[in-house]
Order: sequence, then C-alpha cells, then structure tokens
Amino acid sequence: MNLFTAVNEGMRQAMKTDDTAITFGEDVAFGGVFRCSVGLREEFGADRVFNTPLCEQGIAGFGIGYAAMGGTAIAEIQFGDYIFPAFDQLVNEAAKFRYRSGGQWDCGGLTVRTPVGAVGHGGHYHSQSPEAYFTHTPGIKVVMPRGPIDAKGLLLASIRDPNPVVFMEPKVLYRAAVEDVPEGDYEVELGKGEIMRPGSDVTVVGWGGQLKVLEKACDLAASSGIECELIDLKTLSPWDVEIVASSVMKTGRLVVSHEAPVTGGFAGEIVSKIQEECFLSMEAPAKRVCGQDTPFPLVFEKFYVPDELKNFEAIKEVVGY
Amino acid sequence: MPLTTTLKVYDHDETPPGTWPVFRVMDEDGSLREPKVGQSYIDTHAPTLDKAHAIKMFRTMARLSQMDHIFLNAQRQGRISFYMSSQGEEAVHIGSSTALDLKDTIFAQYRETGVLMWRGFTMDQFADQCFSNKGDLGKGRQMPVHYGSRALNWHTISSPLTTQLPQAAGAAMAMKLKAKREGKDRSDGVAVCYFGDGAASEGDFHAAMNFAATLETPVIFFCRNNGFAISTPVKDQYRGDGIVSRAKGYGMYGIRVDGNDLFAVHAATAKAKEIALSENRPVLLETMSYRVGHHSTSDDSTRYRSTDEIKKWTEEDNPIDRFQRYCEGRGWLDDEMVAQIMDEERMKVLQALEKAEKKGPPDLSTLFDDIYKEKTPELVRQEEALLEHVAKYPEKYQGGGH
Repeated sequence: MNLFTAVNEGMRQAMKTDDTAITFGEDVAFGGVFRCSVGLREEFGADRVFNTPLCEQGIAGFGIGYAAMGGTAIAEIQFGDYIFPAFDQLVNEAAKFRYRSGGQWDCGGLTVRTPVGAVGHGGHYHSQSPEAYFTHTPGIKVVMPRGPIDAKGLLLASIRDPNPVVFMEPKVLYRAAVEDVPEGDYEVELGKGEIMRPGSDVTVVGWGGQLKVLEKACDLAASSGIECELIDLKTLSPWDVEIVASSVMKTGRLVVSHEAPVTGGFAGEIVSKIQEECFLSMEAPAKRVCGQDTPFPLVFEKFYVPDELKNFEAIKEVVGY
Repeated sequence: MPLTTTLKVYDHDETPPGTWPVFRVMDEDGSLREPKVGQSYIDTHAPTLDKAHAIKMFRTMARLSQMDHIFLNAQRQGRISFYMSSQGEEAVHIGSSTALDLKDTIFAQYRETGVLMWRGFTMDQFADQCFSNKGDLGKGRQMPVHYGSRALNWHTISSPLTTQLPQAAGAAMAMKLKAKREGKDRSDGVAVCYFGDGAASEGDFHAAMNFAATLETPVIFFCRNNGFAISTPVKDQYRGDGIVSRAKGYGMYGIRVDGNDLFAVHAATAKAKEIALSENRPVLLETMSYRVGHHSTSDDSTRYRSTDEIKKWTEEDNPIDRFQRYCEGRGWLDDEMVAQIMDEERMKVLQALEKAEKKGPPDLSTLFDDIYKEKTPELVRQEEALLEHVAKYPEKYQGGGH
C-alpha cells in the first residue's frame, strides 16, 4: 500500500469509529488532488466529506469551530506552501484555544493535514517544508510520517489526540513509498521517535521524506565502515529528546538533516538541546545538513536539497573530527 | 438611512433597492413608532414583555453602564491594567441576548459584555477576570475583558479580530450535524458571532460568510456597526452600503437594525435565529449605533472626533434612555426607581471590585497547565527549572502574578 492510500485508510478508520468526524478542504469531495480522500464521500456521505471554498484561513477557522463543539475535524490544506493564510488561525487560535480559556474550551479534535516537501519540479510554492513555523508554537503538535505504515498509525493517533495537530505528509512519497500496511485500527504513539537502524559511530536524525535520503547516506557511510544510528523523530512537537540524547551519549556524534532552510530550522533546536544534554559525551560539533537559505529554486533543486552526498560528507566529517 | 417598521430579513435575491433600510420600532423618545405597528410588534414578538422582564432588562443595562464607569476609573487608578466599555451599545447587547438562550453558542469580539451579563456571568466573574485573580475562569492568562464561560456557552474571547467568524461557521456545522445524527430536522441552537464594522474588513470575514453560505450552517453573523474601529471612521473602512449589503453577494439573508432600539434588535435577532434554524442558512445582521466610549483605556477618542458629536449621541440618542422612556410611558419606571436601580447596581459593582482586588493571583503551578491536555516532558522540565529558579530568588518573585 502506498502513502496516499494509507492516509485514506487512516481517515476511513477514523470516520468509521467516530460519527462526529468530518473531512473537508479544497477538492476533497472528489478525492483530493493527491487522492487522499478518494471514496470517502461515497462511504460516509456528503455531510461528512465535502469541499470548502478555496480559502485556507476559512478551512482552519471552520475546523477550529467544529472541534470546539466537540467534533472531530480532519481538514486538508492542499499544499503546505499555502498554509500561511491559515497561520493566524493555527498559531493564534487553535494553539491557544485551551490555554486562553483556562481549560474550559479546546479544539483538540482538529487535525490539519497538508502535503510538504520537494518533488523534483515544485519550485518555490509546491516544495516547502514549513514545520519549524509550527514547532515554535506551544499548543499544537507537529507530526510527519516517513512512510505508509506510520502515515496511517500516526494519522489515527493525531486525529484522536486531544490537541490540535498539524500533520505533514511528504508528498514525494504519496505514490513512491510502498509498505505492507496493517489492516484495521492501530495507532503509532505521538511524541516517540524510532531507531530505524542501530549504529555506534554517529547519530543521524531526520523525519518525513528526508529519511529516504538519510538511509542512502547511511548506506554510503556503511560502505566506508561508518555505522550510523538512524533515528526517525516522527513527531516534531513534542519531540523525543530522550531517544536522541541516549543515542548521542553512545555515539558522541550528531548529524541532523531536513529539507527546510537551515537558519531557524528545527535542526537548530535539536542540536541546541542535545549539546545541553550530552555535552560531555560529544566527540565532535553537531552538524546540520539542511536546505540552503534560499527560496526553493526550481531549476537548481538538486543543489538546494540536502541530498545523500551532502549528508555522507557531514557524517564523515563528524566521525573524522 | 431610511427607516422601516417592517421586520423583513431579505434573502439575497430580493434585496432592497438603494440603501438598506434600518428596522426601528421605538423612537428616541421611547414612543413606539407608528404606535399600531409598534404595539403589534410588542404583541407578536414580546408577548411576555411585562414589568418584571422590562425592569430586568433595564437593570442589566444599568449594571453594564455602572460597571463600565467604575471599571474605567479603576483602570485610571491603576487597579486594573486595561478595560473596554460598551457605552452606547447597551441596547444591542440586551436586545440580542434576550432573543437567544444558552443552547445558542456565542462567539464574541470584545465589546459584547452585556450579552454575557444577560446570560448569567456574575459581577464577581467579570471582576475576577479583569483582576486576573485566582477566581478568574481564564486563570489570569488574558488581558481584561477577554471573558470566557463554557457553562454559558460563550467561547473565550481572543484579541485577534475576526478569527471568531469562520469558527462560528464551523461550530454551527457541528450543531447542524449533531441534530441530523439525532434525527432532528433543526439544531438545538444557532451559533451567534458578534463583530464590529472594522473587523468586517479582515479576510476572515470573507472566509466566514462564504463558508457559512456554501456549507449551509445555522449561524447569525452579528455586526455591531458603531462607526469606528479605534480611530478609523467607517468612511475609511468601506465604500459600500455598510456591512449588510454584502449579504447579497454571499447569497445570504440580511437585515439592518437600529442598534439603539432594544425592541428592534430583539425582534431582528429572534427572526434571524428562526430563519437560521429552520433553513440551516446564515443571516448577516447589522446594527447601527455609535461607540460613545473610547475604543479602550489606551485610547483618547477626542483626538479624532468632536466632543459635540459624542455629546449628541450621549444625550439625544442614548439606548438606555430610550428604553427607560418607554418603561416610563408604561408606568413601569419613574425617576426614583431609576435612581434606586442605578444605586443598587453601582454598589454591586463596587463590592465585586473590592472583593476581586483582594483575591490574589492564581497559583503559579497553573502556568504550564492547559497548553496541551497533558504536560509534555519538556514542559515538566521547564516548570521544574522555573520553580528552582524562583526558590533561589524568592524576594524578586514574591506575590505571584504581575
């Protein structure tokens, strides 16, 4: 099963088990431009699976209000690049809804799904990874799966989590990634990372679509005799400090990689936290391998992205420090 | 603007030619406009209007007005940090809230204090919120006047303007679908969303109208057109015929009402609610009034408008006076009773203020609550670190809040 089908399965499961759950957004009724909601309208009816006007701030605000009344709102923002009109609703409203009411009200039933990341031809406005804008906001959770199995389990956990969640889907994997996704109902716990491959020389951390790149980089490293411990964070807010810190205590070295621009990116947070926790165990300065501080450049995408070779070089550098 | 005594909520395909008329029942002197129509309105829309109910409405407006006066002074004395008054809009609040009940869910902007008061928010609750004390339902987390009450189905106010509008559309959808699941043909209540003429310029206004209209949700968008957004007069805010005229473009119902006429506001709100419930469609309601007070305690409105203008609205078209005159005409109120009510309400406000001032801030342990349903490990760590730091310098942090 590929990733868009896994997302579809996750939503189907959520809607089956919760009759307040609705799915909505631009072009959602016919199945969505990435086909994530295909078949849901036929199964659950037009009241529960519907198009909205083309307006991201409306989608977010509408979902907050629906959730505030106790419903489960699964909203789709068609591209992560277009989430910014909804930024105020998510950052000032969804994130603070519970806190500002003294715990009287919440919009925890809201999950905002949105595709992110590079696809090879997306240019400025179909390629961005805006996760760090949201990790900077207390009150919302930020989740990004690396493949179909996690996509379904993390999505179900996000929809059922009693807090608003921004769920980012690496769109490059919608069709490319195929895994043996379990049938039925299961959740992957939010806030927990996973060691994808154990190793003793260097800890390599990533999330979402970047893990495919990091797997290649770790393979290259292995062929040079370097054993990488590769960690998938899965949830960026709140993130699993423990799993990364214990790994770095062991390896003494850290590389963090993401597609978004390096300055102000979430790698900075991880590196900073880990040097606080693991300073005396570290054998080398931590290294970030990220997007350049440029807008996402269409024709030069392969130069912009933190590909396996840039990661391989960084891994060698920290190991040889 | 033309006045009308006809209570008509126009659908988008039958809007009035020219300027939208203003629905009014009662004139400035408290007399029913065209007495026949006015009385038939009372008979139809307020058959239960008796002395006790009328005095309760008057008393609530009196309390609101006393509270505004006293809390404004408390802010000037430095006892509270900020305040926003409702002067000039009391009839909008009481007229609309009396047409609603607790099953209706309310999204307010910030100048709808009287609506919340009518729903049952107590003087102590108002005062506790403004003092950010341990009695505040919001746990001292927001500036004064950002009230919230789950028990009164009143969503907590947030400072960003207009964000509540698309939320109200979504809340109305939740109520509509809940009714459907329960096999009912109409929902238990409507969502009512208050906002100002300035707020209607934000993108969220457009988002909300369009969502509510296309998705067919039972919501009243209640625009309090009071002439100003802080200092900006409506002529700098829009070029069309106010806010209600936009209903046509969105495919919605609309009605414009004299906001200083308690009866007109009540009747229009009741009718809008009936339409929203029976047709699952939104209604845009615009009340025309005047913000007599400053925008907030951080504003001095005499810098951008004349004192004569303010005086005119205070003395010649004051919503409380108008209703008082009606009650006097019915023999329900006289000068002595008015003075007594004002005095009683003033005392209640003063007592609540004094009580609230002594309560002290919420416990510091609440600082990290309610960000998420459960504290994250990082929040637990930050809380421990903060408490350790505070323990090191107790004199610097004594007294808790502020």
